[in-house]
Order: sequence, then C-alpha cells, then structure tokens
Amino acid sequence: MPSEEEIFEKVREALVDALGVDDDEVTATATLQGDLDAESIDFLDIVFRLEKAFDIKIERGELFPEDILTNADYVQDGKVNEAGIVKLRERMPFADLTKFEAEPVVQNLGQQLTVKDMVNFVAYKLAA
Amino acid sequence: MRWFWIDRFTEFACGSHAVAVKGVSLSEDHMHDHMLGYPIMPNSLVTEGMAQAGGLLVSETYSFSELVVLGKIAKAEFFTCVRNGDQLTYRVKIEWVRGDGAAVKATAHVGDKLHAEALLFYARLDEETDGLFGTRLFRPRDLRHWLSLVGVFEVGLKADGTPMQESDYPLEECAAEV
Repeated sequence: MPSEEEIFEKVREALVDALGVDDDEVTATATLQGDLDAESIDFLDIVFRLEKAFDIKIERGELFPEDILTNADYVQDGKVNEAGIVKLRERMPFADLTKFEAEPVVQNLGQQLTVKDMVNFVAYKLAA
Repeated sequence: MRWFWIDRFTEFACGSHAVAVKGVSLSEDHMHDHMLGYPIMPNSLVTEGMAQAGGLLVSETYSFSELVVLGKIAKAEFFTCVRNGDQLTYRVKIEWVRGDGAAVKATAHVGDKLHAEALLFYARLDEETDGLFGTRLFRPRDLRHWLSLVGVFEVGLKADGTPMQESDYPLEECAAEV
C-alpha cells in the first residue's frame, strides 16, 4: 500500500491533467469545485485517471453519492436531513463532513469536497 | 446542411473500436472562408468528426437507448492541415466505460499521416438526467436514420463477432412520440 504522500502525488497528477491546473494549486485543502474549478463532467475524467493510476475500480456514486442527494427521503427543502447525514457518513467515510453538517445544503457537498478527501478516498479504496 | 461529420463507418466493433471516413470537399460551406484562397478543414470540425464516431460507438454500449453527449475534450492535438480532396480516417477506441459515461481515444489520419489525436469524455443522460432538458434532444427514428446513413449496420460486429442487427436495438418510434 502506498504512503499518503505517494497517493497525494498521484492524485495531484490526475487533477493537474484532468483540470489543467498548476501543480502548486493542488494543495490538500483546495476544494475541487471551488478552488480548482472542477465541473461535473470533470469528475468522470478524474475517476478515469484515478482508476488507471491506482488500478482500482470506482463505481458510479461511490465518490459522490448523488443518489442520496436526489432522494426525497433524505432531502427536504434543498437540505439533507438527519437520516441523510447518517447515510452520507456511511457512504463517505473518507470525507470530512463537519463543515457540510453545519449547513447541509445539497449543493454545498460538491463545493466542499477537497483534495485531501480525494486522497482519503483512494486510501480507503486501496485498503478495501 | 446537416450536422454529419462522418460519411460512413468502415469498421464498427461493438464495445471496442470503430473506423470512419470523411471526404473533404471544396463544396462544403466552411471551406469557402477558412481560409480565403487556401481552404483548410477547420480542426474544430475534425474534432466533431472524431466525437461523432466515438459517440455512436459509446451509444451502442448503452444499446442506443439513452442519450450520450460529448462532455469534455480532455486533449486535442493537431499536426497538419487537411485540404480539399483529402480523405480523413477517424479511428476511435473505447478506453473506459461506466454507467454514467465513457472515455474514448481518437485519431484522425490523412492517408498514413497522423493529423489529430484526442481524448474525449461522454456523459450518458439516463432517465433521471434526461428530464433536465425538458424534451428529448432527438428521437429514436432520427438516430436510426443516422446509423443507417453512415453504414453502422452494414459493417457492425457484435462482441461475439456476429453482425449487428438493427432489430436488436430499441430504435422503433414509440406511438406516444410520433
């Protein structure tokens, strides 16, 4: 299993190639959508590159569980409810959801996903 | 003028790769102004040709039943100029496919000469996302017509090597859509 630094370097390379950003923009705390301007289609590109770089398989909804965010059982008035938060914690053990839980507006989840979350996601996949 | 940027497929291997050709003619409108006195096929339209060839190949992996759109050109490099009288050969290969999209590597050659290389991403718009557009972007019979024009069912082979059959795909018009 590669070290966290090795994972970070490969994740950085994938993000530089997929998003056309500079190396130094890809910091652990940078958010994918907010700081690195990733759009929804970019996530396909990122997943494609991560699968190749780490020889892993990432299923739809695994990195970003859009099925929860579009499920009326878990979302009311544009906000994720308690049950939805529990479900998100289960599905996204790799992500720090603290900030999201304070203001669980659906759109915020994608906005707050960081490079560090991606590194944790890969480590979680490699350990599985 | 219709937005057809491939003339016909010469190979169509389901789930794998395809080869399509396009003849470049001085009678095409875009050649008149690009460039004045020195006609060149615009590279944006070469990209469109590669994207159409790859898009139909990807669409087949979803049984031609759901909308597939070009989402991103991750890479596109061009090496030469394409002139009137040239024939472009587009080669597309599925690199990666998932439930919500696919990646295709594409090249364009004139004769043996490499003209372009691209990495293209396609998004699949299924029943959930289709509703975002309000109406369908095109109808099954239009897709069937296009596939027929470019010879997909004449040269297409399924993964097991047997010929593709039009009847294997849901390309009939639903009564409600007429």
